[in-house]
Amino acid sequence: MALDEAAVRRIALLARIALSDAEIDTLQGDLNGILGMIETMQAVDTRGIEPMAHTVDMHARLRADEVTETDRHVEFQALSGQTEDGLYLVPRVIE
Amino acid sequence: MMDAGLGAMARALGRGEVSSVELTRALLARIDQLNPGLNAFISIDPELSLAQAAAADQRIARGAAGPLTGVPIAHKDIFMTRGRRTTCGSRMLADFVAPYDAHVVEQLDAAGAVTLGKLNMDEFAMGSSNETSHFGPVRNPWDPSRVPGGSSGGSAAAVAARMVPAATATDTGGSIRQPAALCGVSGLKPTYGVVSRHGMIAYASSLDQGGPIARSAEDLALLLNAMGGHDPRDSTSLERPAEDYRRDLALDLKGVRIGLPRQYFADGMSPDVRVAVEAAVAQLQQLGADCREVDLPNMALSLPAYYVIAPAEASSNLSRYDGVRYGHRASGYRDLLDMYQRTRAEGFGAEVRRRILVGTFVLSHGYYDAYYLQAQRVRRLIAEDFRAAFAQCDLLAGPTSPSVAFALGERSTDPLQMYLSDIYTIAPNLAGLPAMSIPCGLGDGGLPVGLQLVGNYFSEARMLGVASAYQRASDWHLRVPQGLATRAAEAGDGAAQPAATERN
Repeated sequence: MALDEAAVRRIALLARIALSDAEIDTLQGDLNGILGMIETMQAVDTRGIEPMAHTVDMHARLRADEVTETDRHVEFQALSGQTEDGLYLVPRVIE
Repeated sequence: MMDAGLGAMARALGRGEVSSVELTRALLARIDQLNPGLNAFISIDPELSLAQAAAADQRIARGAAGPLTGVPIAHKDIFMTRGRRTTCGSRMLADFVAPYDAHVVEQLDAAGAVTLGKLNMDEFAMGSSNETSHFGPVRNPWDPSRVPGGSSGGSAAAVAARMVPAATATDTGGSIRQPAALCGVSGLKPTYGVVSRHGMIAYASSLDQGGPIARSAEDLALLLNAMGGHDPRDSTSLERPAEDYRRDLALDLKGVRIGLPRQYFADGMSPDVRVAVEAAVAQLQQLGADCREVDLPNMALSLPAYYVIAPAEASSNLSRYDGVRYGHRASGYRDLLDMYQRTRAEGFGAEVRRRILVGTFVLSHGYYDAYYLQAQRVRRLIAEDFRAAFAQCDLLAGPTSPSVAFALGERSTDPLQMYLSDIYTIAPNLAGLPAMSIPCGLGDGGLPVGLQLVGNYFSEARMLGVASAYQRASDWHLRVPQGLATRAAEAGDGAAQPAATERN
């Protein structure tokens, strides 16, 4: 399948990346080229094959229910440009 | 001593022939000379390095040294280092100073290794030429007009240029092996789960694996001994008894069964690479290995499967860069959505955006089954191919890269052309198998060719044994890039650099 311009814009919105018209144009060509290469895989008959999400048989490990981490929020929040009273500041989302 | 390699430096330190401070100063001087031309390091901090070296010297004097105490190394800038900037090659993290160390960094610090700096890489490890780095491309020490490979281009170039005897790196689809091949050094991607991913910035979590780049199999083993081991903070870190990866270094190749996948030796590799790889196979045979052809029928599907799975995981992993908690935030925006969109547009380079968009698409409503689940089913077919091959042999051999190092700019405008650089390296990542590259000759333009060895799960020690047997019988891994000494001397012209004179 080939992505049209509207599809590229929709994907960019989902991915939260602002793109100029020129960038959309270039990306449309790039993405369709990459998807064309990926399509070669569609011809393979994989009926009855279990999808492989991971290379090792993983089981969820349990650990003792103990606090092992100390409170370092001041240090972590120092990485953010904008915080106040231990909270991250973002533009208003609820009027 | 500059050209000595990790193991030899460690032995000289242990015998008191040189101090860690002396070694560190000499290598920092060499980095000063060569790095402006090669751009392998993103950051260095001589004061921090010299403090670590002084502490290592005290530890050696106390008789409390381990095998890596006082040895200088450097980290790919994907590993978080507390108190040192960690950029992942991206504008997004250009000023990021991590609040904790990666497990790999903790382990190497505890072993007493000295960190010389942080190494350049493709942005978020997405690339095969190091040209996607926000900090500019790394140049290949063998020919500065060519790429070093990627994504661990800084690690491979720094080791090749003798700026550091060994370095950490990561491999998601070939990012340790391909640059090692293109720069004429040795690199090992361990079995998935051997090296903890804690503090290693995520690209595609089911494929990402840390490992060493060094000059020889012996040095790789020495470094992997410190990098591996269980870490409860990574849920995919394997709980296995500690191994000494040096245990098979004296391996005799008699009776070792080496499989040559037909699909690796079909059309696709350039003639100069074929000559070198076939000569290496012949030499392994002379050394006693039993070489036979095997089949990996689904090999050609590894590229399409990878370019669904890796971007899908990347689009999820990189959603964390939203400008709120850390990293770049756009300076002007209308509202929250606009802030996210501008932040990510400004912070990510072209290749990272492309992969995020591919991943977003293949995971989106209506396409998930056709792309993502199909890719995961193909992934199982590929893993099954390897399982069947390892019923007939102990390890596989073939080319690492279809060509020697290509020119800067040659493939950077055509993503598909660039992706083909990893055609031989991706399949082991999909299966989670250990794989390595060792120098096996010089091709067109006198540029290095790499031999790839792929092993069964947890066969790293044996693979290193095979590599070591080859390196005892050949000298490709000892070759120094031509012209490097001249360029170093020219760069250091007039400056007082007595400790950094070339010994070759």
